[in-house]
Amino acid sequence: MSINDKEYTRALLEEIQAVKQDISLMEVCGTHTMAIAKSGIRELVPPNLKLLSGPGCPVCVTAQGDIDAVIAMAGNPAITLLTFGDMMRVPGTTTSLAEERSRGADVRVVYSPLDAVQMAADNPDREMVFLGIGFETTAPTVAVSIEEARRRGLSNYSVLSLHKVVPPALEVIFSDPDIKVDGLICPGHVSAVIGLEPYEILVEHYKKPCVVTGFDTLDILEGIVMLVRQLKRGEAQAEIQYKRVVKREGNLVARAALDRVFKLADARWRGLGTIPGSGLDINSEYSNYDARIKFQVPDFEDKPIKGCACGEVLSGKITPRECLLFGRACTPLQPIGPCMVSHEGACAAYYRYTPLKGRA
Amino acid sequence: MCLGVPAKVLELSNEQTAVVDVQGNQVKVSVALTPEVEAGQHVLVHAGFAMEIIAEEEALMTMALLEELMEYGEMPSDEH
Repeated sequence: MSINDKEYTRALLEEIQAVKQDISLMEVCGTHTMAIAKSGIRELVPPNLKLLSGPGCPVCVTAQGDIDAVIAMAGNPAITLLTFGDMMRVPGTTTSLAEERSRGADVRVVYSPLDAVQMAADNPDREMVFLGIGFETTAPTVAVSIEEARRRGLSNYSVLSLHKVVPPALEVIFSDPDIKVDGLICPGHVSAVIGLEPYEILVEHYKKPCVVTGFDTLDILEGIVMLVRQLKRGEAQAEIQYKRVVKREGNLVARAALDRVFKLADARWRGLGTIPGSGLDINSEYSNYDARIKFQVPDFEDKPIKGCACGEVLSGKITPRECLLFGRACTPLQPIGPCMVSHEGACAAYYRYTPLKGRA
Repeated sequence: MCLGVPAKVLELSNEQTAVVDVQGNQVKVSVALTPEVEAGQHVLVHAGFAMEIIAEEEALMTMALLEELMEYGEMPSDEH
């Protein structure tokens, strides 16, 4: 039996296509958004089975005010801002990091937070600030980078932490009467860190099935089948489809790193508002490495982008094609909202793979 | 952003670092989050870190289980 078994894939697809119930499933991971769009699964499932994209792209859910704060920080001539590439083109209220760099701001793209630490070691006279954006998958790598900077005695490395944790956002999705979600396709790599327990708590409370799913087409079909089977039986359980990577308890080493360096705090999400306990702030033990404290970063208000419906897209209230700007004023070349900028944003995925108006 | 790339661990350089093969390219990654990893195993690489060890046999088990349920028709059909 091979993992690419065509017969098996067909059997899974047939089982999904035979579903008669009205079912809405939501994924909350940018990599799922891309994989579902790319594989064409959304076009293969029956019309009564809706596949929604939720708040799964860390770049997209970053509040407008936080993006403006980051851009303001890049304007400080004493600072070199180090970021993952995804953030460069995200539009703030008036400009973006890429635009600021073209005007002379020192903004550099790094692949790993440890590269950022090395750059701090190589440039002892510059303040190196790493822009910490990401969910539980990425945050432990940033935690390790802070510990590494301390171990190496570096005082010119700090992190602006805009990290977020996923489960509180899922709770908001499940409790919002305007969002109809029957089951969750849970993020594979976030879950590799947090494990199954947070979903068990959600399932207990909201009685909706949650299946941690991998990213191959076959993984996603299996995840959908597991959700559909539960819904048909009227059950709600937390399960793992992506067992080759995700353990029930998650990654205990990564979880311990998160606990050592961060503390839960309230955080603003685009489209979902302020969610209590959904952000990761650097705790007092490591406050020397907290760029927010070190450079006294002020809070910026969230100024909405005119006409942009990214907030509604991120909460699954509308699909990208229902946004009036989609494909007209807002395209990957001239993006207006973050869901079109980030290559794993829902709008970018729809634009790239299913731009034609078909089923919403 | 949570993209993970599968890679094979070629050797452990020290307690913190391993050399892995990513689609034919040899790169150094941190194993600070997977200290138990051994050469020869597959890992998922994210942001320069081995985030988790990949256990391929587990995937085959999920597949076998779902197939078994299909074969025995354990699933109630929609008509019922």
